[in-house]
Amino acid sequence: MAEPLIYELSSQGREGVKPPKLDVPVSELPGDLVRDELPLPEVSEIDVVRHFLHLSQLNYAIDKGMYPLGSCTMKYNPKVNEVAARIPGFTGIHPLQDAETVQGALFVMYELQNYLKEISGFAGVTLQPAAGAHGELVGVLIMRKYHLDRGDTKRDTILVPDSAHGTNPASTSMSGLRVVQIPSDERGNVDLDALQSQLCDRVVGLMLTNPNTLGLFEEQVVEVIEQVHSCGGLVYGDGANMNALMGIMRPGDVGIDVMHFNLHKTFSTPHGGGGPGSGPVGVAEHLVDYLPSPIVIIDEAESLEDIPFFNLYEPPKSIGPVKAFWGHFGIMLRAYTYMRMLGAEGMQAAAEHAVLNANYLLSQIKDVYPLPYDRICKHEFVVKGHLDEAPDIHALDIAKRLIDYGVHPPTNYFPLIVPEALMIEPTETESKQSLDNYASILRKIAEEAKQNPELLHTAPHNAPVRRLDEVQAARNPILRYKHE
Amino acid sequence: MKTDTNARYLKSHEWARKEGEEVVIGITDYAQSTLSDIVYVELPEVGDEVTKGEAFGVVESVKAASDIYAPMSGEVTAINENLEDAPEVVNEDAFGDGWLIKIKPSDLTEWDTLLDSEAYNKVVAEEQH
Repeated sequence: MAEPLIYELSSQGREGVKPPKLDVPVSELPGDLVRDELPLPEVSEIDVVRHFLHLSQLNYAIDKGMYPLGSCTMKYNPKVNEVAARIPGFTGIHPLQDAETVQGALFVMYELQNYLKEISGFAGVTLQPAAGAHGELVGVLIMRKYHLDRGDTKRDTILVPDSAHGTNPASTSMSGLRVVQIPSDERGNVDLDALQSQLCDRVVGLMLTNPNTLGLFEEQVVEVIEQVHSCGGLVYGDGANMNALMGIMRPGDVGIDVMHFNLHKTFSTPHGGGGPGSGPVGVAEHLVDYLPSPIVIIDEAESLEDIPFFNLYEPPKSIGPVKAFWGHFGIMLRAYTYMRMLGAEGMQAAAEHAVLNANYLLSQIKDVYPLPYDRICKHEFVVKGHLDEAPDIHALDIAKRLIDYGVHPPTNYFPLIVPEALMIEPTETESKQSLDNYASILRKIAEEAKQNPELLHTAPHNAPVRRLDEVQAARNPILRYKHE
Repeated sequence: MKTDTNARYLKSHEWARKEGEEVVIGITDYAQSTLSDIVYVELPEVGDEVTKGEAFGVVESVKAASDIYAPMSGEVTAINENLEDAPEVVNEDAFGDGWLIKIKPSDLTEWDTLLDSEAYNKVVAEEQH
C-alpha cells in the first residue's frame, strides 16, 4: 500500500520536538522576509520515524537485490567504505580550515588523484566535478579553452557517435558548442567513413564512450583517435563504462586526451538516490594546466625533508573553479577505501568478472530475446524487449513485469539506436545463482508474453503502486503538496 | 501508418509540404508512433533561420528526447504555438494540426532532394524489418 504524504498525517497541535527555551537575545528578521503562515506538517516523533521507515521499506536498493541497470554500474557498495567515511577525523573537519590542519584529508585526495592517474594513464586529475555529466562539461570546457588559448578560434563542433551516452550532447550544448552525430556501422562501432566526412578545422573534439552503450568494445578505437587528432581535434573519453576496462586498458595510453570517471559507478560509491556522485576528470600532459582549481599537490616550499606538505593549487591556465569548496569529499573517501581494499589485482579482477558476468547472463537469454549486434560484450549488453511471437509486448511491459519478481528492471529504451532496447549490466558483484535467477525470470516473462500478454500489459501487480501514468506525469506534473 | 502524398520527406522522419509561398514542416506519423506519447515540443522562434539537415527543435516523449531536422532551409514564419499546451496533437494528427513550423524557403531546389512518399515508405519498411 502506498504511504500517505507526511502532510496527510498532520494533525493540528501535535508536536514532535520541543525546542529549548531561548537563551540568547531576540533579533528581528527583516519584515519583508517574514511570512504570516508556514504550514509545516504537525506530527509526533513516532509519526516521523514510522513514515520514513515505511518509505525506506518501499525503496529498492542494491542491498535488496539485483539491480542490472545498464550504463549505471549498480555494483554492491562495500560497508567498509562507510566505516572509512565516518571516521571522526574526516567528518569533523571544515572546508575552510587551513591546509596545515587537514593534512590527512589532503593526503587522501592527493593519493586518490594518483590512483586515478595510474588506472587511466593520465598526467593530471581533478576531483572537483560533482558527477559524471558535470565531469563531461568540465572536460568539454577544457578542450574548448585549449583551442582558444592557441588562437584556434574557429572550432565550435563536438562529434558524438550515436552509441554514446545521452549526456554527451547535453554537455556539449551546455558549453555553447554544436553537436554533430556520427552513426554506427553494422558491427556497432563508430562508422569510420562517416567520421572522416565530418573532420575539419571546426572540430573541437570527439566524445567517445568505450565500451559504447551497446556494451561493445570500439574495435577501431586507435583509428578513431588518430583520425580525430589528424584534424587537430581532441578526444574525450566517457569513462562511465570504465568498469569494463579497469586494470585492462588505460585510456591515456591509446591517446584519449581527457576523460571523466564515475566514482559512483566504477569505484562503488552510493548511486541512485543514495549519492551524491563524483566525476573526477583526468587529462593528458598537454591539458594539465587547464584543470579546474584546486587540485592537491605536494607543496615543496612548505615540505620538510621527510614530511610532505599537501596543499591546494590552481593550475596556471585553469578553467576556474567548478564546484563549491573541494568536491564531494565523503565520496572520495569511499572510492579511496574501495581501491585500497581491492588493490591493483583486485580492480583488474573486478573488471574481468564484470565482463564475464555480462557474457554469462547474455548466453542464458539470447535464444529468447533478439540480440541486434551479436558480438562478445563487455560489462553490459543490449537485447530487444520485443519478441516476434508476442507483437503487442514492448520493452516497458517486460520491465514492469520484472518488478513483480522482486528484481530491478534493466535500463530500457536506451540506447536509441536499438528499438525496444533492454540494456543489462549485471556487474561483477552478482553470484552465479543471482545471474541464473535473473535469466530464469527473463525466460519466464518471455513465455508469459506469448501465453498471457495481458499479465504483462497490466504489470506490475506486486508493487506498492500499479503501472504509473508516465504521460500524465510528464504533461501535468504535480510537483508539490497543495494545502486546502 | 499514414503518409501524405503531397509531402516530401527526410530519412530522419520529418516531412515538408508546400503551402503557397511557405513550406510547412512536421514529423511523420511513423515518427510519432515510434516516439510514443509526446510530452513536450521545443521549437525555434519566428524569424530564426533553419538550415537543411540541421536540428531546429526537439520532441520529447516518455521514452526519449529527439532532435528534429530541417528538410529545407529558410526563415521561420510561424510556429505551432498550440503544441506548448497540447503536445499530444502531434500524436493525434502528425500531418495536420500537429505541424511544427512554417518557413519561407531560401532555396527551392532543396525540395527536389527530399524523398517522395513512396521512397519514404520504403525507408520505414526497412526500419521496421
